[in-house]
Amino acid sequence: AESPFKADIERAQKELTEKMTPGAIAYIPGSSVINKTGSWRVFKPEFHKDKCVRCFLCYIYCPEPAIYLDEEGYPVFDYDYCKGCGICANECPTKAIEMVREVK
Amino acid sequence: AVRKPPITTREYWAPGHAACAGCGCAIALKLATKAFSEAMEEKYGDPNAFAIAQATGCMEVVSAVFPYTAWKVPWIHVAFENAAAAASGVEAAWKKLGIKGKILAIGGDGGTADIGLQALSGMLERGHNVVYLMYDNEAYMNTGIQRSSSTPYGAWTTTSPPGKYSIGEDRPKKWVALIAAAHQIPYAATASIGNPFDLVKKVKKAAKVDGPAFIQVHCTCPTGWRTPLEKGVEIARLAIETGMWPLFEIENGDIWNIKIQPPGGGAKVYKEGGRVVRIEFKKPIEEYLKYQGRFKHLFKRPEAIEELRNQIKAMWKVLGVEAILPRPEE
Repeated sequence: AESPFKADIERAQKELTEKMTPGAIAYIPGSSVINKTGSWRVFKPEFHKDKCVRCFLCYIYCPEPAIYLDEEGYPVFDYDYCKGCGICANECPTKAIEMVREVK
Repeated sequence: AVRKPPITTREYWAPGHAACAGCGCAIALKLATKAFSEAMEEKYGDPNAFAIAQATGCMEVVSAVFPYTAWKVPWIHVAFENAAAAASGVEAAWKKLGIKGKILAIGGDGGTADIGLQALSGMLERGHNVVYLMYDNEAYMNTGIQRSSSTPYGAWTTTSPPGKYSIGEDRPKKWVALIAAAHQIPYAATASIGNPFDLVKKVKKAAKVDGPAFIQVHCTCPTGWRTPLEKGVEIARLAIETGMWPLFEIENGDIWNIKIQPPGGGAKVYKEGGRVVRIEFKKPIEEYLKYQGRFKHLFKRPEAIEELRNQIKAMWKVLGVEAILPRPEE
């Protein structure tokens, strides 16, 4: 599955400049995708597909949103943006998401 | 097999914004914009037929760091006090230009309950076709956790520090949803990120009414409430289950027919003639308070928790409900 923000990322990479615009208008919708907030993360959600019942709660609760859905409805974690808050793992009714410390 | 999610997969709130990890308000805005677009699709046939006017606040600051924006809808940032006024203007312009759609105004609790209350009242009174969404994280989180009039009794903030002569915030919480309902607007409600399906339902209902609507959404703030990051939604749910946060809907200002959503968490709801008259909560409010650093000092001051319990009972009484709040030992 593809990130729903793929087109936004491509457009922002191509067109975004630091130049001041009249009225400080941000012309490119969703251009914040250029900031890869995944670097904020300490704990990383690890997904166990076998336990997932596709209740969509992680998808609904993710504040970024760094979770999107594949064709079958399973969550896909976008580690470029996941800040590692752990709400998805805390709310998962079947404990299919596990937070592990990320070592770099 | 393919399973369809219960909400649209269209995104209006892009990642890469600067909100803290575990931000409850970001969840509220993400769900609210999705729900709004669903309502617009059902009402006007165009999911993008809406625009947002937003007051200064956490969610404005994190979403629009120049030259970036996290929004994928037409969006305007205005000063702290006039989100409602700007939304009124956009709505009037859309009406004149014949553009179909609805305006969403967003403000925090500071920008709504304190600074923007006058503009909000004006907007509601003039009957603009705007939905005002107040994300209530119960203090001025963006500027460094100062108290607002929406801060609950007993909470620590940097301007209501607890100590020898203070128990923290010493005034009860202001319920802007009730103030909004007093304008006899078609729809006023409270919602919470602890019950996202209820939140989506209410935003859709508000977006579909003709005329002004107001929704007060309870949002957790891990930074300002001193809570663990992953507990955000759980704490919001506990607020509903312990009675700290009522979920209700008021239509046309009819306070005699307030629709109250069952709180869950084992609470017993008694009805009389279709109206909720009595709720026996099962979980004590201490369950809600214990996760939060901002209420930590209250556990050394049981009389303050008792006072908070009395205030919550009084608030439920305004809603016409007798609330039975248990104590932990019972």
